[in-house]
Amino acid sequence: MRTSTGARVGQYAALLAYLVFLAFPFLWLISIAFKPPRELASLHPTWIPEHPTLDNFRQAFDEQPLLRAGLNSLLAALGAAVIAVLIATPMAYVMARRRGRLTKAATGWVVVSQAFPFVLLIIPLFLVLKNLGLINSVPGLVMVYVVWSLPFALWMLAGYVRAVPRELEEAAAVDGAGRLRTLVSVTAPLLAPGIVATALFAFITAWNEFFFALVLLKTPEKQTLPVILTHFIGAEGVADLGPLAAAAFLATLPSLLVFALIQRRITGGMLAGAVKS
Amino acid sequence: MTLVTESRRPARSAPGPDRPRGGPDHSAWFLVLPALIPILVLSVGPLLYGILLAFTDAQSGRTEPTEWIGALNFRDLLHDTLFWESFRIGLVWAVGVTVPQFLLALGLALLLNQNLRLRWAARALAIIPWAMPEVVVGIMWRLVYNPDAGILNETLRDLGLGNGHDWLSGLGTALPAVVVVGVWAGMPQTTVALLAGLQNTPRELHEAAAVDGAGAWRRFRTVTWPALRPVALAITALNLIWNFNSFALVYVLTNGGPGGRTRLPMLFAYEEAFRYGQFGYAAAMGCVMVAVISILLAVFLVGRLRGGTKGGDEA
Repeated sequence: MRTSTGARVGQYAALLAYLVFLAFPFLWLISIAFKPPRELASLHPTWIPEHPTLDNFRQAFDEQPLLRAGLNSLLAALGAAVIAVLIATPMAYVMARRRGRLTKAATGWVVVSQAFPFVLLIIPLFLVLKNLGLINSVPGLVMVYVVWSLPFALWMLAGYVRAVPRELEEAAAVDGAGRLRTLVSVTAPLLAPGIVATALFAFITAWNEFFFALVLLKTPEKQTLPVILTHFIGAEGVADLGPLAAAAFLATLPSLLVFALIQRRITGGMLAGAVKS
Repeated sequence: MTLVTESRRPARSAPGPDRPRGGPDHSAWFLVLPALIPILVLSVGPLLYGILLAFTDAQSGRTEPTEWIGALNFRDLLHDTLFWESFRIGLVWAVGVTVPQFLLALGLALLLNQNLRLRWAARALAIIPWAMPEVVVGIMWRLVYNPDAGILNETLRDLGLGNGHDWLSGLGTALPAVVVVGVWAGMPQTTVALLAGLQNTPRELHEAAAVDGAGAWRRFRTVTWPALRPVALAITALNLIWNFNSFALVYVLTNGGPGGRTRLPMLFAYEEAFRYGQFGYAAAMGCVMVAVISILLAVFLVGRLRGGTKGGDEA
Protein backbone atom coordinates (compact mmCIF):
# COMPACT_ATOMS: atom_id res chain seq x y z
CA MET A 1 0.00 0.00 0.00
CA ARG A 2 1.37 3.38 -0.92
CA THR A 3 1.17 6.09 1.64
CA SER A 4 1.35 9.73 0.65
CA THR A 5 4.25 11.85 1.83
CA GLY A 6 1.96 13.98 3.95
CA ALA A 7 0.60 10.95 5.75
CA ARG A 8 4.15 9.66 6.27
CA VAL A 9 5.22 12.94 7.87
CA GLY A 10 2.18 12.81 10.12
CA GLN A 11 3.00 9.23 11.08
CA TYR A 12 6.56 10.12 12.00
CA ALA A 13 5.42 13.14 13.99
CA ALA A 14 3.00 10.96 15.93
CA LEU A 15 5.63 8.29 16.52
CA LEU A 16 8.04 10.93 17.78
CA ALA A 17 5.41 12.26 20.17
CA TYR A 18 4.93 8.74 21.54
CA LEU A 19 8.69 8.30 21.95
CA VAL A 20 8.95 11.55 23.91
CA PHE A 21 5.96 10.68 26.10
CA LEU A 22 7.36 7.24 26.88
CA ALA A 23 10.91 8.33 27.53
CA PHE A 24 10.89 11.72 29.20
CA PRO A 25 9.96 10.71 32.78
CA PHE A 26 12.75 8.14 32.84
CA LEU A 27 15.29 10.58 31.43
CA TRP A 28 14.25 13.07 34.10
CA LEU A 29 14.74 10.44 36.80
CA ILE A 30 18.27 9.75 35.54
CA SER A 31 18.98 13.45 35.31
CA ILE A 32 18.00 14.04 38.93
CA ALA A 33 19.88 10.99 40.14
CA PHE A 34 23.17 12.51 38.92
CA LYS A 35 22.56 16.11 39.96
CA PRO A 36 24.31 17.74 42.93
CA PRO A 37 22.01 19.38 45.51
CA ARG A 38 22.79 22.89 44.33
CA GLU A 39 21.47 22.16 40.87
CA LEU A 40 18.39 20.47 42.29
CA ALA A 41 17.56 23.60 44.25
CA SER A 42 18.09 25.82 41.24
CA LEU A 43 15.04 27.68 40.00
CA HIS A 44 15.71 26.60 36.46
CA PRO A 45 16.45 22.87 36.47
CA THR A 46 18.24 21.61 33.38
CA TRP A 47 17.94 18.27 31.60
CA ILE A 48 21.64 17.53 31.65
CA PRO A 49 23.43 17.89 35.00
CA GLU A 50 26.16 20.53 34.73
CA HIS A 51 28.29 18.86 37.39
CA PRO A 52 27.26 15.20 37.41
CA THR A 53 27.96 13.43 40.70
CA LEU A 54 27.60 10.03 42.33
CA ASP A 55 27.00 11.57 45.76
CA ASN A 56 23.28 10.84 45.55
CA PHE A 57 23.97 7.13 45.24
CA ARG A 58 26.33 7.19 48.22
CA GLN A 59 23.81 9.12 50.27
CA ALA A 60 20.99 6.75 49.29
CA PHE A 61 22.98 3.78 50.61
CA ASP A 62 23.74 5.72 53.81
CA GLU A 63 20.13 6.67 54.45
CA GLN A 64 18.39 3.36 53.85
CA PRO A 65 19.44 -0.31 54.02
CA LEU A 66 19.41 -0.65 50.23
CA LEU A 67 21.82 -3.58 50.05
CA ARG A 68 19.84 -5.60 52.56
CA ALA A 69 16.62 -4.71 50.76
CA GLY A 70 18.11 -5.63 47.41
CA LEU A 71 19.13 -9.00 48.80
CA ASN A 72 15.63 -9.58 50.19
CA SER A 73 14.12 -8.66 46.84
CA LEU A 74 16.50 -10.97 45.05
CA LEU A 75 15.70 -13.90 47.36
CA ALA A 76 11.96 -13.33 47.08
CA ALA A 77 12.03 -12.96 43.31
CA LEU A 78 14.38 -15.90 42.66
CA GLY A 79 12.47 -18.16 45.05
CA ALA A 80 9.14 -17.23 43.51
CA ALA A 81 10.35 -17.63 39.93
CA VAL A 82 12.00 -21.02 40.43
CA ILE A 83 9.21 -22.57 42.48
CA ALA A 84 6.46 -21.15 40.28
CA VAL A 85 7.99 -22.59 37.14
CA LEU A 86 8.75 -25.94 38.76
CA ILE A 87 5.17 -26.51 39.84
CA ALA A 88 3.48 -24.74 36.93
CA THR A 89 5.19 -26.57 34.08
CA PRO A 90 3.63 -30.02 34.74
CA MET A 91 0.20 -28.52 35.29
CA ALA A 92 0.49 -26.38 32.17
CA TYR A 93 1.38 -29.53 30.27
CA VAL A 94 -1.85 -31.16 31.39
CA MET A 95 -3.84 -28.01 30.62
CA ALA A 96 -2.45 -27.90 27.11
CA ARG A 97 -2.68 -31.58 26.27
CA ARG A 98 -5.89 -32.74 27.91
CA ARG A 99 -9.41 -31.51 27.84
CA GLY A 100 -11.37 -32.35 30.92
CA ARG A 101 -13.04 -30.89 33.96
CA LEU A 102 -9.67 -30.25 35.55
CA THR A 103 -8.39 -28.23 32.62
CA LYS A 104 -11.61 -26.25 32.52
CA ALA A 105 -11.45 -25.52 36.24
CA ALA A 106 -7.81 -24.49 36.05
CA THR A 107 -8.45 -22.21 33.10
CA GLY A 108 -11.41 -20.73 34.95
CA TRP A 109 -9.24 -20.04 37.97
CA VAL A 110 -6.57 -18.42 35.80
CA VAL A 111 -9.14 -16.05 34.34
CA VAL A 112 -11.04 -15.33 37.55
CA SER A 113 -7.86 -14.72 39.53
CA GLN A 114 -7.19 -11.71 37.34
CA ALA A 115 -10.21 -10.05 38.88
CA PHE A 116 -9.39 -10.73 42.54
CA PRO A 117 -9.24 -7.56 44.50
CA PHE A 118 -6.13 -8.09 46.55
CA VAL A 119 -7.83 -6.68 49.63
CA LEU A 120 -10.16 -9.62 49.78
CA LEU A 121 -7.20 -11.97 49.47
CA ILE A 122 -4.64 -10.24 51.64
CA ILE A 123 -6.63 -10.17 54.88
CA PRO A 124 -7.14 -13.94 55.09
CA LEU A 125 -3.62 -14.54 53.78
CA PHE A 126 -2.30 -12.26 56.49
CA LEU A 127 -4.22 -14.23 59.14
CA VAL A 128 -3.12 -17.59 57.75
CA LEU A 129 0.54 -16.60 57.50
CA LYS A 130 0.38 -15.08 60.96
CA ASN A 131 -0.78 -18.40 62.38
CA LEU A 132 2.05 -20.14 60.57
CA GLY A 133 4.55 -17.61 61.95
CA LEU A 134 5.38 -16.48 58.41
CA ILE A 135 4.59 -12.79 58.77
CA ASN A 136 7.61 -10.57 58.34
CA SER A 137 9.58 -13.33 56.66
CA VAL A 138 10.87 -13.62 53.12
CA PRO A 139 9.83 -17.32 52.79
CA GLY A 140 6.26 -16.32 53.66
CA LEU A 141 6.38 -13.69 50.96
CA VAL A 142 7.77 -16.22 48.48
CA MET A 143 4.77 -18.48 49.11
CA VAL A 144 2.41 -15.62 48.32
CA TYR A 145 4.38 -14.63 45.21
CA VAL A 146 4.40 -18.19 43.89
CA VAL A 147 0.62 -18.41 43.97
CA TRP A 148 0.30 -14.88 42.71
CA SER A 149 2.46 -15.56 39.65
CA LEU A 150 0.89 -18.95 38.89
CA PRO A 151 -2.00 -17.71 36.72
CA PHE A 152 0.14 -16.09 34.07
CA ALA A 153 2.84 -18.75 34.43
CA LEU A 154 0.24 -21.43 33.65
CA TRP A 155 -1.13 -19.32 30.83
CA MET A 156 2.23 -18.69 29.20
CA LEU A 157 3.51 -22.22 29.67
CA ALA A 158 0.34 -23.84 28.35
CA GLY A 159 0.80 -21.71 25.25
CA TYR A 160 4.37 -22.90 24.83
CA VAL A 161 3.33 -26.54 25.31
CA ARG A 162 0.66 -26.17 22.63
CA ALA A 163 3.35 -24.89 20.30
CA VAL A 164 5.30 -28.13 20.70
CA PRO A 165 3.91 -30.33 17.95
CA ARG A 166 2.20 -33.45 19.23
CA GLU A 167 3.66 -35.36 16.29
CA LEU A 168 7.12 -35.06 17.82
CA GLU A 169 5.92 -36.73 21.02
CA GLU A 170 4.06 -39.38 19.08
CA ALA A 171 7.11 -40.06 16.94
CA ALA A 172 9.18 -40.56 20.08
CA ALA A 173 6.55 -42.97 21.41
CA VAL A 174 6.63 -44.91 18.16
CA ASP A 175 10.41 -45.13 18.47
CA GLY A 176 9.86 -46.82 21.81
CA ALA A 177 10.48 -43.99 24.24
CA GLY A 178 8.39 -44.17 27.42
CA ARG A 179 6.21 -41.24 28.42
CA LEU A 180 8.68 -39.95 30.96
CA ARG A 181 11.51 -40.34 28.47
CA THR A 182 9.48 -38.44 25.88
CA LEU A 183 8.76 -35.62 28.30
CA VAL A 184 12.33 -35.29 29.45
CA SER A 185 14.20 -35.70 26.19
CA VAL A 186 11.73 -34.41 23.60
CA THR A 187 9.28 -31.99 25.16
CA ALA A 188 11.42 -30.37 27.84
CA PRO A 189 14.24 -29.17 25.57
CA LEU A 190 11.73 -27.60 23.22
CA LEU A 191 9.99 -25.96 26.16
CA ALA A 192 13.20 -24.67 27.69
CA PRO A 193 13.12 -21.19 26.14
CA GLY A 194 9.49 -20.81 27.18
CA ILE A 195 10.27 -21.98 30.71
CA VAL A 196 13.14 -19.52 30.99
CA ALA A 197 11.02 -16.67 29.67
CA THR A 198 8.23 -17.54 32.11
CA ALA A 199 10.65 -17.73 35.02
CA LEU A 200 12.16 -14.38 34.14
CA PHE A 201 8.72 -12.84 33.86
CA ALA A 202 7.82 -14.24 37.28
CA PHE A 203 11.10 -12.84 38.57
CA ILE A 204 10.28 -9.33 37.37
CA THR A 205 6.75 -9.48 38.73
CA ALA A 206 8.00 -10.49 42.17
CA TRP A 207 10.90 -8.02 42.10
CA ASN A 208 8.46 -5.20 41.34
CA GLU A 209 5.67 -6.25 43.70
CA PHE A 210 4.67 -3.80 46.39
CA PHE A 211 1.28 -4.42 48.00
CA PHE A 212 1.87 -7.85 49.54
CA ALA A 213 5.36 -6.83 50.65
CA LEU A 214 3.98 -3.70 52.29
CA VAL A 215 1.43 -5.67 54.28
CA LEU A 216 3.50 -8.73 55.12
CA LEU A 217 6.94 -7.30 55.89
CA LYS A 218 7.11 -5.18 59.02
CA THR A 219 10.74 -4.49 59.89
CA PRO A 220 13.27 -2.71 57.63
CA GLU A 221 15.75 -5.60 57.70
CA LYS A 222 13.13 -7.87 56.10
CA GLN A 223 11.63 -5.40 53.64
CA THR A 224 12.10 -5.55 49.88
CA LEU A 225 13.31 -2.70 47.69
CA PRO A 226 9.94 -1.22 46.67
CA VAL A 227 8.91 -0.96 50.32
CA ILE A 228 12.25 0.57 51.35
CA LEU A 229 11.98 3.05 48.49
CA THR A 230 8.75 4.44 49.93
CA HIS A 231 10.68 5.33 53.10
CA PHE A 232 12.47 7.99 51.07
CA ILE A 233 9.14 9.59 50.22
CA GLY A 234 7.26 11.76 52.59
CA ALA A 235 8.46 15.06 53.92
CA GLU A 236 11.05 15.30 51.18
CA GLY A 237 12.85 18.58 50.79
CA VAL A 238 14.37 19.36 47.44
CA ALA A 239 17.73 18.20 48.81
CA ASP A 240 16.47 14.63 49.27
CA LEU A 241 15.26 14.24 45.70
CA GLY A 242 18.71 13.16 44.52
CA PRO A 243 19.06 10.07 46.73
CA LEU A 244 15.42 9.18 46.05
CA ALA A 245 16.03 9.26 42.30
CA ALA A 246 19.30 7.39 42.63
CA ALA A 247 17.76 4.57 44.66
CA ALA A 248 14.74 4.34 42.34
CA PHE A 249 17.05 4.18 39.32
CA LEU A 250 19.07 1.34 40.82
CA ALA A 251 15.95 -0.61 41.80
CA THR A 252 14.72 -0.45 38.20
CA LEU A 253 17.85 -1.69 36.47
CA PRO A 254 17.34 -5.44 37.14
CA SER A 255 13.76 -5.32 35.84
CA LEU A 256 14.76 -3.47 32.69
CA LEU A 257 17.72 -5.74 31.97
CA VAL A 258 15.78 -8.95 32.54
CA PHE A 259 12.86 -7.70 30.50
CA ALA A 260 15.12 -6.78 27.60
CA LEU A 261 16.47 -10.30 27.81
CA ILE A 262 13.08 -12.00 27.54
CA GLN A 263 12.07 -9.94 24.56
CA ARG A 264 14.93 -11.53 22.66
CA ARG A 265 14.15 -14.98 24.08
CA ILE A 266 10.57 -14.85 22.97
CA THR A 267 11.54 -13.96 19.44
CA GLY A 268 14.16 -16.71 19.48
CA GLY A 269 11.98 -18.85 17.29
CA MET A 270 13.44 -22.18 18.38
CA LEU A 271 10.13 -23.85 17.64
CA ALA A 272 9.99 -22.68 14.07
CA GLY A 273 12.88 -24.97 13.29
CA ALA A 274 11.77 -27.90 15.39
CA VAL A 275 9.20 -29.38 13.02
CA LYS A 276 11.20 -28.76 9.89
CA SER A 277 14.34 -30.57 11.03
CA MET B 1 -11.53 -29.56 46.97
CA THR B 2 -13.33 -32.87 46.95
CA LEU B 3 -11.38 -33.65 43.83
CA VAL B 4 -8.18 -33.70 45.81
CA THR B 5 -9.46 -36.19 48.34
CA GLU B 6 -10.83 -38.37 45.58
CA SER B 7 -7.41 -38.88 44.13
CA ARG B 8 -6.13 -39.96 47.56
CA ARG B 9 -2.58 -39.03 46.74
CA PRO B 10 -0.48 -37.19 49.27
CA ALA B 11 1.37 -34.13 47.97
CA ARG B 12 4.73 -35.70 48.68
CA SER B 13 4.48 -38.20 45.89
CA ALA B 14 3.65 -35.43 43.46
CA PRO B 15 7.13 -34.59 42.10
CA GLY B 16 7.44 -37.90 40.24
CA PRO B 17 6.10 -36.19 37.15
CA ASP B 18 5.01 -38.99 34.97
CA ARG B 19 4.83 -42.68 35.55
CA PRO B 20 4.91 -44.89 32.50
CA ARG B 21 2.01 -47.03 33.71
CA GLY B 22 -0.16 -44.79 35.86
CA GLY B 23 -3.20 -44.74 33.64
CA PRO B 24 -4.07 -41.47 31.95
CA ASP B 25 -5.99 -39.91 34.84
CA HIS B 26 -3.56 -40.71 37.59
CA SER B 27 -0.56 -39.38 35.77
CA ALA B 28 -2.50 -36.18 35.13
CA TRP B 29 -3.11 -35.84 38.84
CA PHE B 30 0.58 -36.25 39.61
CA LEU B 31 1.39 -33.49 37.19
CA VAL B 32 -1.27 -31.19 38.52
CA LEU B 33 -1.00 -31.60 42.29
CA PRO B 34 2.17 -29.58 42.94
CA ALA B 35 0.45 -26.49 41.59
CA LEU B 36 -3.06 -27.37 42.69
CA ILE B 37 -2.29 -27.59 46.38
CA PRO B 38 -0.78 -24.10 46.67
CA ILE B 39 -3.64 -22.75 44.60
CA LEU B 40 -6.21 -24.28 46.93
CA VAL B 41 -4.38 -23.35 50.14
CA LEU B 42 -3.19 -19.87 49.26
CA SER B 43 -5.71 -18.64 46.71
CA VAL B 44 -9.08 -20.39 46.64
CA GLY B 45 -9.13 -21.05 50.39
CA PRO B 46 -8.22 -17.51 51.44
CA LEU B 47 -10.74 -16.12 48.99
CA LEU B 48 -13.57 -18.12 50.57
CA TYR B 49 -12.23 -17.28 54.02
CA GLY B 50 -12.22 -13.62 53.03
CA ILE B 51 -15.86 -13.78 51.98
CA LEU B 52 -16.72 -15.39 55.32
CA LEU B 53 -14.76 -12.71 57.19
CA ALA B 54 -17.02 -10.09 55.66
CA PHE B 55 -19.84 -11.49 57.81
CA THR B 56 -17.86 -11.28 61.06
CA ASP B 57 -16.56 -8.54 63.33
CA ALA B 58 -12.95 -9.68 62.93
CA GLN B 59 -10.43 -7.10 64.09
CA SER B 60 -6.69 -7.19 64.40
CA GLY B 61 -5.14 -7.77 67.83
CA ARG B 62 -8.42 -8.48 69.60
CA THR B 63 -8.56 -11.04 72.40
CA GLU B 64 -12.26 -11.92 72.47
CA PRO B 65 -13.34 -14.42 69.86
CA THR B 66 -14.60 -13.14 66.54
CA GLU B 67 -18.36 -13.22 66.21
CA TRP B 68 -20.69 -13.87 63.35
CA ILE B 69 -22.64 -10.67 62.74
CA GLY B 70 -24.57 -11.45 59.58
CA ALA B 71 -24.89 -8.64 57.09
CA LEU B 72 -24.16 -5.86 59.58
CA ASN B 73 -20.92 -4.89 57.83
CA PHE B 74 -22.77 -4.52 54.56
CA ARG B 75 -25.50 -2.44 56.20
CA ASP B 76 -22.87 -0.14 57.69
CA LEU B 77 -21.13 0.02 54.34
CA LEU B 78 -24.33 1.13 52.67
CA HIS B 79 -24.34 4.27 54.81
CA ASP B 80 -20.61 4.85 54.67
CA THR B 81 -20.49 7.95 52.45
CA LEU B 82 -16.69 8.05 52.57
CA PHE B 83 -16.54 4.57 51.08
CA TRP B 84 -18.95 5.39 48.28
CA GLU B 85 -17.08 8.59 47.52
CA SER B 86 -13.93 6.49 47.29
CA PHE B 87 -15.80 4.02 45.11
CA ARG B 88 -16.88 6.84 42.80
CA ILE B 89 -13.29 8.04 42.55
CA GLY B 90 -12.23 4.48 41.80
CA LEU B 91 -14.67 4.28 38.88
CA VAL B 92 -13.63 7.68 37.53
CA TRP B 93 -10.01 6.59 37.78
CA ALA B 94 -10.60 3.19 36.17
CA VAL B 95 -12.56 4.58 33.22
CA GLY B 96 -10.38 7.69 33.00
CA VAL B 97 -7.28 5.54 32.71
CA THR B 98 -8.65 2.69 30.59
CA VAL B 99 -10.17 4.75 27.79
CA PRO B 100 -7.14 6.95 26.95
CA GLN B 101 -4.93 3.94 27.51
CA PHE B 102 -6.84 2.08 24.83
CA LEU B 103 -6.97 4.97 22.35
CA LEU B 104 -3.29 5.86 22.72
CA ALA B 105 -2.26 2.21 22.58
CA LEU B 106 -4.35 1.67 19.45
CA GLY B 107 -2.68 4.65 17.80
CA LEU B 108 0.77 3.40 18.70
CA ALA B 109 -0.04 -0.15 17.61
CA LEU B 110 -1.28 1.08 14.22
CA LEU B 111 1.92 3.09 13.80
CA LEU B 112 4.11 0.17 14.79
CA ASN B 113 2.26 -2.01 12.32
CA GLN B 114 3.40 0.34 9.54
CA ASN B 115 6.74 0.06 7.91
CA LEU B 116 8.33 3.01 9.71
CA ARG B 117 11.93 3.57 10.74
CA LEU B 118 12.41 4.10 14.49
CA ARG B 119 9.98 1.29 15.24
CA TRP B 120 12.72 -0.41 17.21
CA ALA B 121 13.02 2.70 19.38
CA ALA B 122 9.34 2.60 20.29
CA ARG B 123 9.54 -1.09 21.06
CA ALA B 124 12.60 -0.53 23.24
CA LEU B 125 11.10 2.43 25.07
CA ALA B 126 7.84 0.61 25.67
CA ILE B 127 9.80 -1.68 27.97
CA ILE B 128 10.34 1.14 30.46
CA PRO B 129 6.79 1.61 31.75
CA TRP B 130 6.07 -2.09 31.46
CA ALA B 131 9.04 -3.51 33.31
CA MET B 132 9.44 -0.82 35.91
CA PRO B 133 8.31 -1.38 39.51
CA GLU B 134 5.12 0.57 40.10
CA VAL B 135 6.72 2.24 43.08
CA VAL B 136 9.48 3.60 40.85
CA VAL B 137 6.91 4.79 38.31
CA GLY B 138 5.24 6.72 41.13
CA ILE B 139 8.54 8.17 42.36
CA MET B 140 9.54 9.14 38.84
CA TRP B 141 6.34 11.04 38.20
CA ARG B 142 6.59 12.71 41.59
CA LEU B 143 9.87 14.11 40.30
CA VAL B 144 8.18 15.21 37.08
CA TYR B 145 5.31 16.88 38.96
CA ASN B 146 7.49 18.34 41.72
CA PRO B 147 6.46 21.99 42.05
CA ASP B 148 10.03 23.35 42.33
CA ALA B 149 12.43 20.86 40.80
CA GLY B 150 9.96 19.20 38.42
CA ILE B 151 10.38 19.27 34.67
CA LEU B 152 6.70 19.90 34.03
CA ASN B 153 6.57 23.24 35.79
CA GLU B 154 9.94 24.19 34.33
CA THR B 155 8.68 23.50 30.83
CA LEU B 156 5.50 25.48 31.46
CA ARG B 157 7.56 28.40 32.76
CA ASP B 158 9.80 28.24 29.71
CA LEU B 159 6.80 28.31 27.43
CA GLY B 160 5.40 31.25 29.37
CA LEU B 161 2.34 29.29 30.47
CA GLY B 162 2.13 30.56 34.02
CA ASN B 163 4.18 30.01 37.09
CA GLY B 164 3.65 26.35 37.59
CA HIS B 165 1.43 24.43 39.88
CA ASP B 166 1.57 21.97 42.75
CA TRP B 167 -0.05 19.26 40.67
CA LEU B 168 -0.31 16.41 43.16
CA SER B 169 -1.51 18.57 46.07
CA GLY B 170 -4.02 20.67 44.16
CA LEU B 171 -7.62 19.64 44.83
CA GLY B 172 -8.55 19.98 41.19
CA THR B 173 -5.36 18.65 39.58
CA ALA B 174 -4.48 15.65 41.75
CA LEU B 175 -6.85 13.14 40.14
CA PRO B 176 -6.09 14.14 36.53
CA ALA B 177 -2.38 14.08 37.35
CA VAL B 178 -2.48 10.52 38.69
CA VAL B 179 -4.69 9.44 35.77
CA VAL B 180 -1.95 10.54 33.35
CA VAL B 181 0.52 8.36 35.23
CA GLY B 182 -1.89 5.43 35.09
CA VAL B 183 -2.24 5.83 31.33
CA TRP B 184 1.53 6.02 30.89
CA ALA B 185 2.15 2.95 33.00
CA GLY B 186 -0.38 0.67 31.28
CA MET B 187 -0.02 1.78 27.69
CA PRO B 188 2.78 -0.56 26.52
CA GLN B 189 1.03 -3.73 27.63
CA THR B 190 -2.14 -2.69 25.81
CA THR B 191 -0.11 -1.71 22.75
CA VAL B 192 1.58 -5.10 22.57
CA ALA B 193 -1.74 -6.92 22.88
CA LEU B 194 -3.30 -4.80 20.15
CA LEU B 195 -0.26 -5.14 17.93
CA ALA B 196 -0.51 -8.92 18.20
CA GLY B 197 -4.15 -8.62 17.19
CA LEU B 198 -3.28 -6.36 14.26
CA GLN B 199 -0.71 -8.77 12.93
CA ASN B 200 -3.45 -11.38 12.73
CA THR B 201 -5.59 -9.27 10.43
CA PRO B 202 -5.57 -10.63 6.91
CA ARG B 203 -3.20 -8.53 4.82
CA GLU B 204 -4.77 -9.65 1.51
CA LEU B 205 -8.15 -8.31 2.60
CA HIS B 206 -6.49 -5.01 3.38
CA GLU B 207 -4.91 -4.86 -0.02
CA ALA B 208 -8.10 -5.90 -1.75
CA ALA B 209 -9.97 -3.12 0.04
CA ALA B 210 -7.29 -0.64 -0.98
CA VAL B 211 -7.54 -1.75 -4.60
CA ASP B 212 -11.31 -1.25 -4.38
CA GLY B 213 -10.56 2.34 -3.42
CA ALA B 214 -11.44 2.20 0.25
CA GLY B 215 -9.84 5.02 2.24
CA ALA B 216 -7.78 4.48 5.35
CA TRP B 217 -10.70 5.02 7.72
CA ARG B 218 -12.98 2.72 5.77
CA ARG B 219 -10.30 0.04 5.64
CA PHE B 220 -9.85 0.37 9.38
CA ARG B 221 -13.58 0.07 10.02
CA THR B 222 -14.34 -2.81 7.69
CA VAL B 223 -11.14 -4.86 7.73
CA THR B 224 -8.97 -4.05 10.72
CA TRP B 225 -11.51 -3.44 13.45
CA PRO B 226 -13.58 -6.63 13.02
CA ALA B 227 -10.38 -8.68 13.29
CA LEU B 228 -9.05 -6.64 16.20
CA ARG B 229 -12.29 -6.53 18.15
CA PRO B 230 -11.93 -9.66 20.30
CA VAL B 231 -8.43 -8.65 21.41
CA ALA B 232 -9.56 -5.08 22.02
CA LEU B 233 -12.49 -6.23 24.17
CA ALA B 234 -10.40 -8.62 26.19
CA ILE B 235 -7.60 -6.19 26.93
CA THR B 236 -10.03 -3.38 27.76
CA ALA B 237 -11.95 -5.58 30.17
CA LEU B 238 -8.71 -6.66 31.83
CA ASN B 239 -7.43 -3.09 31.99
CA LEU B 240 -10.66 -1.98 33.66
CA ILE B 241 -10.25 -4.62 36.36
CA TRP B 242 -6.54 -4.00 36.85
CA ASN B 243 -6.98 -0.26 37.01
CA PHE B 244 -9.87 -0.49 39.44
CA ASN B 245 -7.75 -2.71 41.70
CA SER B 246 -4.59 -0.67 41.42
CA PHE B 247 -2.85 0.43 44.56
CA ALA B 248 0.89 1.09 44.44
CA LEU B 249 0.90 3.95 41.92
CA VAL B 250 -1.50 6.15 43.82
CA TYR B 251 -0.12 5.08 47.20
CA VAL B 252 3.24 6.49 46.16
CA LEU B 253 1.98 9.50 44.22
CA THR B 254 -0.53 10.99 46.64
CA ASN B 255 -1.38 8.33 49.24
CA GLY B 256 -5.02 9.17 48.57
CA GLY B 257 -4.67 12.90 49.16
CA PRO B 258 -5.34 15.78 48.93
CA GLY B 259 -8.43 15.49 51.12
CA GLY B 260 -9.24 12.03 49.80
CA ARG B 261 -9.50 13.24 46.20
CA THR B 262 -7.46 10.31 44.93
CA ARG B 263 -8.36 7.75 47.58
CA LEU B 264 -9.07 4.71 45.43
CA PRO B 265 -11.16 1.93 47.00
CA MET B 266 -8.07 -0.26 47.38
CA LEU B 267 -6.34 2.44 49.43
CA PHE B 268 -9.49 2.90 51.49
CA ALA B 269 -9.82 -0.80 52.23
CA TYR B 270 -6.09 -1.11 52.94
CA GLU B 271 -6.29 1.62 55.56
CA GLU B 272 -9.42 0.14 57.06
CA ALA B 273 -7.76 -3.26 57.39
CA PHE B 274 -4.16 -2.50 58.25
CA ARG B 275 -4.27 0.93 59.84
CA TYR B 276 -7.51 0.60 61.82
CA GLY B 277 -7.50 -3.20 62.02
CA GLN B 278 -11.11 -3.61 60.86
CA PHE B 279 -10.61 -6.91 59.04
CA GLY B 280 -14.29 -7.84 58.79
CA TYR B 281 -15.37 -4.45 57.51
CA ALA B 282 -12.52 -4.27 54.98
CA ALA B 283 -13.38 -7.76 53.73
CA ALA B 284 -16.95 -6.57 53.18
CA MET B 285 -15.55 -3.71 51.09
CA GLY B 286 -13.59 -6.22 49.05
CA CYS B 287 -16.77 -8.25 48.43
CA VAL B 288 -18.66 -5.15 47.31
CA MET B 289 -15.80 -4.23 44.98
CA VAL B 290 -15.80 -7.66 43.33
CA ALA B 291 -19.58 -7.67 43.02
CA VAL B 292 -19.89 -4.23 41.45
CA ILE B 293 -16.97 -4.78 39.09
CA SER B 294 -18.34 -8.14 37.98
CA ILE B 295 -21.72 -6.59 37.22
CA LEU B 296 -20.22 -3.63 35.34
CA LEU B 297 -17.99 -5.93 33.38
CA ALA B 298 -20.85 -8.26 32.50
CA VAL B 299 -22.90 -5.30 31.29
CA PHE B 300 -19.94 -3.97 29.29
CA LEU B 301 -19.13 -7.29 27.67
CA VAL B 302 -22.73 -8.26 26.91
CA GLY B 303 -23.39 -4.82 25.44
CA ARG B 304 -20.22 -4.89 23.34
CA LEU B 305 -20.76 -8.42 22.12
CA ARG B 306 -24.33 -7.69 21.12
CA GLY B 307 -23.18 -4.49 19.40
CA GLY B 308 -20.60 -6.65 17.66
CA THR B 309 -23.09 -9.01 16.05
CA LYS B 310 -25.22 -6.07 14.92
CA GLY B 311 -22.18 -4.34 13.47
CA GLY B 312 -21.27 -7.56 11.75
CA ASP B 313 -24.71 -7.80 10.12
CA GLU B 314 -24.43 -4.29 8.77
CA ALA B 315 -21.04 -4.85 7.22
